[in-house]
Amino acid sequence: MPVSQANSQVVYDALTACGIRLLSVLPETWLVHLVTLAEEDPEMTLVRLAKEEEGVGISAGAHLAGVRSAMLLQNHGFLASVNGIVSLAQLYRIPLLLLVSYRGGFGEEHPWQTEGGGVTEGVLAALRVPYLALETPGEVAARVREAQALAEANLRPVALLLCRGLMWEEER
Amino acid sequence: MLRVDALRAIYPELASRVVVTNMGAAPAELFSLGHRPGFFYLWHAMGLASSVGLGIALARPELPVVVVDGDGSVLMNLGTLTTLARYRPKNLVHLIFDNEVLLSVGRSFTTATATGSDLAAIAAAAGVPRTATVRTEDELREAFSAALAARELAVVVAKVEPQGPSSYSIDLHLLENRFQFERHLKGLRASHGESA
Repeated sequence: MPVSQANSQVVYDALTACGIRLLSVLPETWLVHLVTLAEEDPEMTLVRLAKEEEGVGISAGAHLAGVRSAMLLQNHGFLASVNGIVSLAQLYRIPLLLLVSYRGGFGEEHPWQTEGGGVTEGVLAALRVPYLALETPGEVAARVREAQALAEANLRPVALLLCRGLMWEEER
Repeated sequence: MLRVDALRAIYPELASRVVVTNMGAAPAELFSLGHRPGFFYLWHAMGLASSVGLGIALARPELPVVVVDGDGSVLMNLGTLTTLARYRPKNLVHLIFDNEVLLSVGRSFTTATATGSDLAAIAAAAGVPRTATVRTEDELREAFSAALAARELAVVVAKVEPQGPSSYSIDLHLLENRFQFERHLKGLRASHGESA
């Protein structure tokens, strides 16, 4: 499978390095290695969701209970979570770290991913969620740390987009 | 059974626990019975009270958590029952007041529980190990105490009249409640063992 094992490890290590102890996730192809890493880590509480919006509630609960958490989800799952993000994470000032696999961008071969890919950044901007796109492994650790710092400072959601160049290794 | 009477019947047990409510009549009535720093009222974000409760229960297994929910809210996030059942936290009781309507909109706006959908049966089929449906204060007191004592995930559905308070507003801003609640949970960590 050409999902990058090495870069998934880089992302996972960045999350644990900034104290994330609970991950809620709805698995999708680009996230499979990350889910496995979380599952095999005895220090991590992994919550597999039925639908992504649940994860906003779970992260809010974890934050109020004093545990750092993040959500791993596809951009379509982000789109499905918008009311939770607005009416819980933003309304209640919850620092919510969103790691969003950014499907449907340049290089996308699946027609069904393209509409969501086309609106993801626009919706993030409309929600006033600060975000950065991660394209290469070298930037991951610092950006995850900075995203977590910003989320905890402004008590709002912050998103990192996991891009094709980071998550996918093209078969040559 | 009126929801406010049901809440009054179990208030002594709620008062010492971590409680997360949905929006609308339940938080207004619980607040009228007496606010505690361990009570968190989730105004808006319908359906997510149970997810917030799950997040707390998983993050802090030593804290006994009660989610006070409604039929309309649960129906908006039915998958939550499968997620609760999947992780089965022993420190979580999910109490659902089922009045068969979306009361804050109006009594004529019924939910699917009015036409036979059975939330306790759905919870049991989702894999929740302990479920009950109660119709009187005595039944509720008994089922709720038993659920707390059993130390396993439980869903208790309390059938109540579609009647609420005259006002849904409470004299506690949601952010004040949120920060007070967070600080309270932090304090319970410091005094771990005493309050839990």
